[in-house]
This record gives sequence, C-alpha cells and structure tokens, in this order.
Amino acid sequence: MNITQTKSPGANNPITKILSWFGTTLGQLFISVLVPAITFLVLWQGYLFLQRAAAPQIVQVLVAIVWGVGGVALLYVVTNWLVMKLPKKVAKTLQPFVFVGPAVVIMGWFLAVPVIRSLIASFRNYLGTEWVGLENFKFAFTDPRMLETFRNNLLWLVFGTFFSVAFGLLIATLADRSKAEVLYKSIIFTPYALSFVGAGVIWKFIYTYKGTGIGIREIGLLNAVVTALGGTPQPWLNLTPWNNFFLIVIMVWLQTGYAMVILSSAIKGVPAELLEAARIDGANEFKIFFSIIVPYIKGTLLTVTTTIIIFSLKTFDVVRVMTGGNNGTNVIANEFYLQSFTYNHAGRASAIAIVLLLLVTPVIVNNVRSFNQQRRGF
Amino acid sequence: MAKSQRSQKSSQTFWTNFVLIFICVMWMIPILGILITSFRPSDEIFRNGWWNVFPHKEDLEISRVVIPESVDVDGPITYGGTTATFQEWQRGIQLEDGTKATWFGNKRTRTMVISENKWVGFATNLNLQNYKDVLTGKTITYKNAQGQTITRTGNNLGGAFLNSLAVTIPGTIIPILIAAFAAFGFAWLDFPGRNIVFTIIVALLVVPLQIALVPILQDYVKLELNGTFLGIWLAHAGFGLPLATYLLFNYISTIPRELLESAYIDGASNFTIFTNLILPLSVPALASFAIFQFLWLWNDYLVALVFLGEKNQTVTIAVAQLVGEKGQDWHLMTAAAFISMILPLAVFLGLQRYFVRGLMAGSVKG
Amino acid sequence: MEKGYAIDMNTLINPDWIKTNYSDAWQALAKMTGPSGEIAAGIWARANGKSFVFYPKKAFDEAGYKVPETWDEMMALTQQIADDGDTPWCIGIESGAATGWTMTDWIEDLMLRVAGGENYDKWVAGELKFDSPEVKEALDYIEAIWFNDAYVYGGRAAIPTINFGDAPKPMFENPPKCWFNRQGNFVTTFFPEESVAGVDYSFFYLPGIKEEYGKPVLGAGDIYAVFNDRPEVRAVIQYFSTGESLKVWVESGGAILTHNDASLDWYVDPVTRGVAETIRNATTFRFDGSDMMPGAVGAGTFWKYMTDYVSGSITRDEALKQIDASWPK
Repeated sequence: MNITQTKSPGANNPITKILSWFGTTLGQLFISVLVPAITFLVLWQGYLFLQRAAAPQIVQVLVAIVWGVGGVALLYVVTNWLVMKLPKKVAKTLQPFVFVGPAVVIMGWFLAVPVIRSLIASFRNYLGTEWVGLENFKFAFTDPRMLETFRNNLLWLVFGTFFSVAFGLLIATLADRSKAEVLYKSIIFTPYALSFVGAGVIWKFIYTYKGTGIGIREIGLLNAVVTALGGTPQPWLNLTPWNNFFLIVIMVWLQTGYAMVILSSAIKGVPAELLEAARIDGANEFKIFFSIIVPYIKGTLLTVTTTIIIFSLKTFDVVRVMTGGNNGTNVIANEFYLQSFTYNHAGRASAIAIVLLLLVTPVIVNNVRSFNQQRRGF
Repeated sequence: MAKSQRSQKSSQTFWTNFVLIFICVMWMIPILGILITSFRPSDEIFRNGWWNVFPHKEDLEISRVVIPESVDVDGPITYGGTTATFQEWQRGIQLEDGTKATWFGNKRTRTMVISENKWVGFATNLNLQNYKDVLTGKTITYKNAQGQTITRTGNNLGGAFLNSLAVTIPGTIIPILIAAFAAFGFAWLDFPGRNIVFTIIVALLVVPLQIALVPILQDYVKLELNGTFLGIWLAHAGFGLPLATYLLFNYISTIPRELLESAYIDGASNFTIFTNLILPLSVPALASFAIFQFLWLWNDYLVALVFLGEKNQTVTIAVAQLVGEKGQDWHLMTAAAFISMILPLAVFLGLQRYFVRGLMAGSVKG
Repeated sequence: MEKGYAIDMNTLINPDWIKTNYSDAWQALAKMTGPSGEIAAGIWARANGKSFVFYPKKAFDEAGYKVPETWDEMMALTQQIADDGDTPWCIGIESGAATGWTMTDWIEDLMLRVAGGENYDKWVAGELKFDSPEVKEALDYIEAIWFNDAYVYGGRAAIPTINFGDAPKPMFENPPKCWFNRQGNFVTTFFPEESVAGVDYSFFYLPGIKEEYGKPVLGAGDIYAVFNDRPEVRAVIQYFSTGESLKVWVESGGAILTHNDASLDWYVDPVTRGVAETIRNATTFRFDGSDMMPGAVGAGTFWKYMTDYVSGSITRDEALKQIDASWPK
C-alpha cells in the first residue's frame, strides 16, 4: 500500500515535512519496525506487571483481562497491517495465513504435537524405554477391559446422541412457538451450567441406595419412588449392564441444553414466508416440521449430531465421578486415564488414545466432504 | 375456516405448553433436590430424603410401652389385641385403635414405640450453615496444649472468584477471536492445504486433553509459563479451538456468497470484510460458543489444577479443597454447586438473546 | 535410597537411644537397603492404626453385651446381635474414585491374622500371588461377615454404595442401627461432634485368629529422613527422635506417637490413648499393604476388582486373577 504524495497547501510546514517522509519507502520500513516494536513493548510491560503480582488482586485481574484480550486483538491487527504492506502478490498469498496461522500454530502445539508424541509412545513399553511394536495395540483391541469399553461407548453413542438431539430439537421447536420461550430454554439449559462434580452430587441424590433392612429409609429419589410404589430398592449404579443407561440419562440431561441452543438459532433462520405459505396451503404442523424445517436445518443438525457423537466417544467426567468405571461402566477415556495416571502404563494409554482418534476419523471425513462440495474460496 | 384454524391453534398452544411444562418439571427435579438439600443440616441429609422437608404424613411417637419380663420375645408377642412375631413387630403393626406399634431397637430393649400417623409441616431446621461454610470457610475449634480454645477459619471464596474471572473472560474471548479469524479463512479464502488442514483440525476434536497435560506442562516449565494466567489462556485456547473453529466454520460458510462478492467489488479488503461484515453477522454463533466456552472454563477443575495450581486458585479448586481430602464434607458440595452456578446462568441469560435473533436478520435486502 | 542419599540414622543419633525409644516393629520398618548395606533410613514420627473396631459404648453396655477378646467371641457376638434383631456390622467402602480402599484394609488385616507377617510381606512384594490359598482364606473370613445380609446394615448390596464416612453414622442413632465398624482410628473425626470418646463410643482391637500369628496391628505413619549431615540437621533429628518434639500435637488431640518415651498420659481421651497403647504393644506391626504395592495395583486394580466382586459383577477367582495380571513386570 503506497501513499501517493500529493502536493497539499503548507507543504513546507515542518510537521507536514515529517509526516510526508513517512510516505517514503524508508519511512515505511521504519514504521513497519516501530509499530510492532511498540506493540511488543506494551504487551511485555503488561506481562511483567502481572508477573510481579504486586498490585491488589482486583487490579491484577482487570489488567490481566484487558491485556489478554486486547493483546490478542492487537496482534492480529498489527500482523495483518504488516502483511498488507508487502507487494500485492505476496500479500494475497500470505494473508490467509494471517487469518488461519495463529489457530493452526496453537492447535499444533497443544494438540497435534502431543498426539504425535503419543503415537511414538504407543509403540513403546510402559516406561517408554523399549520398542514393543504392536503389543499395546493388541491390548487396546483385544483385552476384555477394552472390549467392555467399546460396547459401552457404543451405547453412549447411539442412545446418548439420539436422545440429546431429539430432545434438543423438540424443545427448540416447541419453545419457538410459545410465549415463555426464554423461561423454558433457560430451564433446559441450566444443567449445562453445572460442573461435572456438581452434576455428580445431584444425581447421587437420585440414585443412592441405602440397602434393604428394617427401618431403612431411602434417601435417593428413584429408590424412594420405587418403594412408594411397593417395589424393592436397587443399587442402580451397580447393576450391570443397566447402570450404563442410568449414566446416559445424566449425559442427556446435560447435553440437551447444548443441542437445543444450537438448533434453536438454526430453526429461527427458517424464513417465515416459507412457513406461512405452507400453513396457508393447509399443511399441519407435523408435515411442516418434517418437510420444511428439518431439511432446512440439515446442516446444523449434522453439526450438532457430529459434535455430540464425538463427545459421547470422549465421555469421561460423568463416568469417573459416578462410578469410576467400575461394575461394567468403563469407557475408553476412563481406561485411558487409568492406564496413564493410575497404572502408569504410558504405552497402553497412548495406544488407547490413538484408537480413539481412529474411531472418530470416519465421522469427520464424511462431514467435511459434504461441506467441501460447495466450497470455493476467494 | 378461520374458526377451525383458531381452535386448532389454541389446542396446539395448549399441547405445546403442556409438553414443555412437563419436560421442564422433570428436568428441574434433580436440581430442586439439591437446592433443598443445601439448606439442610448435614446429619439430616444422610438420614432421610430431601422431600421430607415438605408437609407429609409421618408416624410420630406418642408413648412407649415396656413389655413385661414374663413375655418370651422369641415367641409370639401379644399387645393391644394383636399377636405377631418379633420380626413383624419390628416392621410396625397397625393396632385396632388406629395407632401403630413398632418395636424399638433389638430384643433386649423390650420396648415398643406407639405412634400416630400425623401431618408434619414444613421442616423448620433449614439453615444457611452450608452456605456460610462454603463462602467464608469452615471454622474449626480445638483445644491446644495450654487448654485454650483456638478457632481457625479456612479460606473464603472471594479471591478464588476473582481468579476464576481472570481465567474465564480472556479464556473465552481469545479462542473465539482466533477461531473466528481461522473459520473465515477456511470458509472463504483460498490457500494451499486448506482442506487437509481443516480435516486435521476437526479430527483434533476427539483428542482427550489428558494426552496433552504432561507434555505441555514440561514445555511451560521451560518457558516459565507455569502458574501464569497466560499459560492457562493458551492451554484453554488450544483445547477449545477445534470445536470453536468447527462451529464457526459451519456458521460462516452459510453466509450468502453474493454478500461477500458485493463487498469485494466495493473494494473492501479481507480484513475489513471480516471486521465489518462477518463479525457482526456471526454474533449469534459467537454468542453461542462464548456461552459454552465460558461454562467449560468456569467449571473446569483439571486444567486449572495442572496449570495454575494453588497460587492462583479458581473457585473449583477452592471448593474441592473445602470438601476435604477424603470427601468427608461432601454435603458442602450442595451449597457450592449453587453458588458457582449463579454466574454462568447469569451469563447465559444475558447472552441468550443474541442467538434468539434470527440468522441473518436485517442484513439481506429484499 | 539406591543412590545413597539417605543417611543412616545410626550415625546421627545414638543407636542405643533408637533401640530404646522405638519398638522392634518400628525399627524393622525403618530398615532399608542402601548401597553400603542395611541402614536405618529414617525415624518415625506419627502413626495411625487400622485394626480397630469401633462401637457405641453407651448403648452397648446398656444392652448387656461384652467386648469380644477372640475372633470366635466376636463372631458369636455378631450372631447374638443378629438374633436380637439388629444388623451388627456397618460397612461401607464407597469413596468416589477411590472406592474399595476400605476393603483392602480389611483384607490386609485378615492376611496378617491368617497368613502371618512373613507371608504378608511376600504378598505385598508380589511374590505371593492374590490367587493363592492364603488370600482366599482371608477372603473366606470376610465373606462370613460381609456376604451375610443379616449381619450387615443394608445388606451386601449396600456395601459398595455406602460412603466409608457415612457408614458409622447409624451407630449413633437411638437405638443404634448397627454396632461395629472396623476402621482406622482417623474415623473418629467422622463421628458426630457431640459424641464423647470413651463414653458414647469406644473401640476394641480386632482379634487375632491364628495363635501363632499373635496380635498383629496394621497401620501407617510419617517418617523423617535426612539427606545432609550437618550439625544443625543432627540437632534437629535428635530432637525429633524424642516424643517431646511432638508433645504439643498430641495434647491438642491430633497425633499418635511412635516414641516409647511419649507418655501415655499426654493423650487427651481414652480412645486415642488406647489406640496408642495398642500400637506400642503390637507384636507385629505392618504398614498398609495397598500403599506399598505398586500404584497400578494398590491404588488401581486391587480397589476396582474387589469392589466389583462385592457388587457381584465378577467372581472371586476372576477378580484375583485380574489383579495378579495387572502387576507390573
């Protein structure tokens, strides 16, 4: 971007002289160095200030927030500005990388590189000292503990995803038409605001079993309902294999809010004229729903389903907090945790992580391909 | 025509609301349970269910009766006109005069409790003790060697709250910013390797963050980033970027091509298109993801524990310490769960109108 | 240890003093093999014991029961209480992600009593397998109590669901809903605040079973080690080897000492005093086994498979085999 020098009135004014010098190539170069340098300096000072931790805490926190957010925004602006200064052809090729670069670098460092390290570790023994080839993978695919996790994750995948998306869609659609929409959506979303430990405590009060005997009063809601109806109380979370379903209920309770939020914004994007026209033509609500709304939001539906499928494969916290993976509720991520941190078998843990990655890839590839069909960049 | 449409509409509204209300009530019951439990004294929590807080019928003791020595408790026992075995008396038997007799303790006590089934009102011993303990720290009293009573209070949550804010706010905004830039790049800009890199990014969605903990920690120690806020922002950015990029990509790619084309024709650069066109249009998606990321960070325990540690405790870490190493004070979790829920809910309520708005409301003419 | 960093205590403190002030059991526990042979790698500070059964003393005495001295007496008393119409034992092993650790304590206590200290050491070192007659015998004794629904409050199915801290609570109800809770002495912190040690509750030593193995005690403790031999360090460690150094802690009611010169009068309540006395007089003292086993087993498969076996989702033999299979090679 070259500033064309124009003759303006008062061109001999010293200030204008200085300003116009910036227009020259030398000046441009100077600025190209100065601006990033100043930016860097400001950020560095902020960093040092935070490091010293001398100011009262609330000041610290405010500075941290401003510095963090402002710093990142500033970095983008400055980098883009720099790239734009380069010759046009170079700029055009480089600019997408300004946009995409930071994300790729961060994800590379935090996720991709550890995966490579894991891949290497998966071929080694538990201390990481010897090469054992495919032995860890043999464990990952054939050990009965792993087979149990595969079965369980499949259950989570099928039932957890289906019900989360179904409920999310149902509520998003219905709430859209009612007056107290915000209230309903807030209620459904509330579980998502809880931490996993909080959810664990909550459902503990539903599933608790105090045992059978004279004078024992159940404190878990489910058992209380069962005894009130005349049945015998059960240790729900210890009943193999039904306990998996009781855990999946918790997941649905947590995830529906997420699905609802995303699907809701998609549903609201369906043009009102389309719906009106269909109604005037006499179509009933069910027909409208299945023939107009669902196809229109197909893309979002696919996105939500994909992410929930992936979460169900990754599920860890609920299982860990509620049962620790005992009594036949083990899932892949929990076995990974046990192998890494409890049994200290880095090789097996890494193999499990790689297997998880492999399981997910088909889902992803399918999705990306369907989007890329219409993608043509500028 | 109009009349049947109206009645069809009103019956629809009825069913819609009915189904919604039913689902919402079922949804809230677990949370209601915990809310009530958080007000109960800790020893009661274990003894009976939280619904006993509400008015209900219960057997209240009116008197006790001692069975004379002459009666053999191993055989049939007669009282109040009824004969039964010890086991049956243990469970409690309705007598003819409407009262209930239940054996007290084991055979050696030789006592029966006579009770009447009466209505009991709302529980009166609800208190804020659990909340006090969580907010201001538990008070422990003990006698030292000189016999003096010493009182110590644990940490309160105020500082932890500020730390959580310092972690959550930038930790939400930074990844969204980075992801928005990247999503735009993947959706609308052409560059070599675009498809492959994007596929890899989406594949990274499945990587369990536990894989990265130890390697990143080692890197941080070398870079002296351990225990700093910058460290945890970067970590959360790394873990959250795949999902953010994926979601925002799906959203941004639905923006009509014509809109962007007309902007290019008008001479705008990629950067200005991004800031003036894409960002405002994406507000629903940005707001949605902001909520998820905020909640995830606010409730996160593992990453904060590993990368921040004890020095800059967040609320989750402070609460976990409260519950005690062996989990003996888990009843405090009931109050803690509520306290830490308030802010995320407020954020949700504040931001939810951003995605209640339609996708492209007001940006397309005609 | 292997690198020789820990300094032999016998060179820092008068060896005779160590011999007098610590029982044989404690001395044996501190012996480790360094590069130059066996040394006393440290000296002990606090201890805690696990071979105790707590009971609601007041109600117990009122009901006319007698404290059992032998295992058979204890089982007879168990049956007696069951005949009287109560469930005698309160057992709970739930503990979040650490569920099952209470059971491992039970098993270790039983191993000491039916297999003896030497076999116990072999077992902890991995030489004696889980799938062995000794371990199975210990489990038989446990099953005689745990798997009998009449003996356990809530029945067998409730054991893996009841939190270990909640388990003793029914003992303090009026009337007590259960009477015995076998647990480490730390559990007194879970008892209701108003209950008075020695009055409302007390404990008895979990009786031995086989005569030849005497009265073993299972427990754990803190140990001091020294890595730098300097005059100040010497002075400090010599001080730590006396009971005096921790007297204040004891009098505040928070510690039990391993030192013989710590007078029993320092303890503030009869229960803690009794526990300290039992530990001091132990003929065999052993450290908690699951703490000493490799983490993969002691804090992993041992807990997991024992819990599954109690819940009934796996057979005993299968569980033992799995634990053996998980031992790191």
